[in-house]
Amino acid sequence: MSVLLRIPTPLRKFTGGKPEIAAEGASVREVLDNVEAVHPGMREKILEPAGGVRRFINVFVNGEDIRHSQGLDTRLEPGDELTIVPAIAGGGGELESEHGRGRG
Amino acid sequence: MSVKDDWQRKLRSEISEVAPEAVADALQSGKGVTVVDVREGEEYRQGRIPGALHLPRGFLEIEAPSKLGDRKGRIIAYCAGGVRSLFAAEALRKLGYTNVESMAGGFGRWKANGHPIAEPEPAPRRSEADGAKGPSAEWVARLQKEVPAISPVEARKVLEASNGSALLLDVRESDELREGRIPGAVHLPRGFLELKVEAMLPDRGLKLIAYSTDGTRSLFAVDTLRRMGYANAVTLAGGYTAWAKAGLPTEVPEGLTARERERYMRHITMDEVGEAGQLRLKKARVLCIGAGGLGSPSAYYLAAAGVGTLGIIDFDVVDRTNLQRQILHSDDRIGMKKTESARRTLEALNPDIRIVTHDERLSSANIDAIVSGYEIIVDGCDNFPTRYLVNDACVKHGKPNVHGSIYRFDGQVTVFWPGKGPCYRCLYPEPPPPEMAPSCAEAGVLGVLPGIIGSLEAMEAIKIVLERGDLLVGRLLIYDALEARFRELKLRRDPNCAYCAPGRVFPGYTDYNQFCGV
Repeated sequence: MSVLLRIPTPLRKFTGGKPEIAAEGASVREVLDNVEAVHPGMREKILEPAGGVRRFINVFVNGEDIRHSQGLDTRLEPGDELTIVPAIAGGGGELESEHGRGRG
Repeated sequence: MSVKDDWQRKLRSEISEVAPEAVADALQSGKGVTVVDVREGEEYRQGRIPGALHLPRGFLEIEAPSKLGDRKGRIIAYCAGGVRSLFAAEALRKLGYTNVESMAGGFGRWKANGHPIAEPEPAPRRSEADGAKGPSAEWVARLQKEVPAISPVEARKVLEASNGSALLLDVRESDELREGRIPGAVHLPRGFLELKVEAMLPDRGLKLIAYSTDGTRSLFAVDTLRRMGYANAVTLAGGYTAWAKAGLPTEVPEGLTARERERYMRHITMDEVGEAGQLRLKKARVLCIGAGGLGSPSAYYLAAAGVGTLGIIDFDVVDRTNLQRQILHSDDRIGMKKTESARRTLEALNPDIRIVTHDERLSSANIDAIVSGYEIIVDGCDNFPTRYLVNDACVKHGKPNVHGSIYRFDGQVTVFWPGKGPCYRCLYPEPPPPEMAPSCAEAGVLGVLPGIIGSLEAMEAIKIVLERGDLLVGRLLIYDALEARFRELKLRRDPNCAYCAPGRVFPGYTDYNQFCGV
């Protein structure tokens, strides 16, 4: 069962720069597990150690946020599109040194 | 038969009128003729006779001696249709200019007959009392003795007790009203006084209180009014300036000026905007958070579109590394406060709007005071603590928060409108930990990207003002520049949102740096 997974720029280092990859799985969780096997390190960027989706990341299936359906257990159909959207803060400003923090 | 008609007929018999062709010949011959444009500034800006000197009728008696040379030289006055220039010619004669003519048919006929039209010169800052020199100063001094004056406070009392028998008459040019006027005043610019007052105010028994900026032009206006039979006309001492200084009520009138109508022509042409929409923009108050990559295009387009009050908050200074994307700023402004640089750019683009700068760092201590002055917040900031702070303030105050953010080649745009859709916390309940939030300085950003996302933010803000179209409320638009693709994702309110859940009491601001782990 093949679905399409869209990768946001910050995670493309795990996919060799590819903006989208095909993946197998009947649920979001299965897809992320299968992707981890091929692109190790990516899952932990999306999921908390306890297993839930990180609070600053949203996963959408066909444009709908999985938090409003069955979360990681949301069922997938062949051809479904998964989009991962992380929070980005950037406004095109500069590094704010006194915050010791990078900004977009 | 009106006083005006009699007066006009008398002037026609005394003042020689010349056809536009004769004026064109005189200009070409180079034989020392001064052509004087006595129209209002608003009319003058639409074009003038090449080489004409602009001396608006209202300022004529005051400025002529300092602007015109030889009193024996040939002077030809013109207006739009050839009547005001007759009255202007008469005033010049009284100042001792002996060779004054009026152009028949005015600028209208000049244009219709195919004569060349020149660009106007930039308007000088005109002043009333300070402008009067020589014979003008003497004339002003004489009128100050002859013309009855009333103080602003006294005038207010008279008006309140008058039951309609007293009336304020604003004799300034149409342009000048934009800065403010006295509520209830009738506007009749000095240049049109002789022509229109009898039709506008047929009751000659009215107590007319005429005012100009500082009470000098109105001396001449009242002198004219009294000559026309308005025996109770008086001048407001110190003019509008004194009235406002005394703390008496003023207002900024509604409506667009001719200049604004011209500037926003391509907006007004569209039914979806029209004059009513443009007026909404003029009255709108929009705050741009940040004058950086996103704030630059947002503020630039909002200023161009005619948003009447545009706030800019930023505490940073311009750095050379900004300039690859922050188009409000320029190389010669490196080291300048971004707010100041933004003000200069935006005022140069559109001098008809008000730019308000807040040169400070946004914090939970100042955000309530700042945000309360605006109706729409356009978030173009560059860090998570401020994102959450802006969100929480918008939830607290129920204000739409137009959100844009960027990273390398990715952009996100949406409108968080408390009560109508999700807020930022519904979408991202928590910020990423610092180690997972790569910096722009490390990651880079393609300069055009904030241009696109910031422009989308400006568009959404304008749609909110106009109440037109479908807003990005509950929709996240993501843009991938490398793929050249826009995608839309559906956002929903989180029924348990810590800030915007229905019925939730605002929990107060938090420590945003700690919340974001910075």
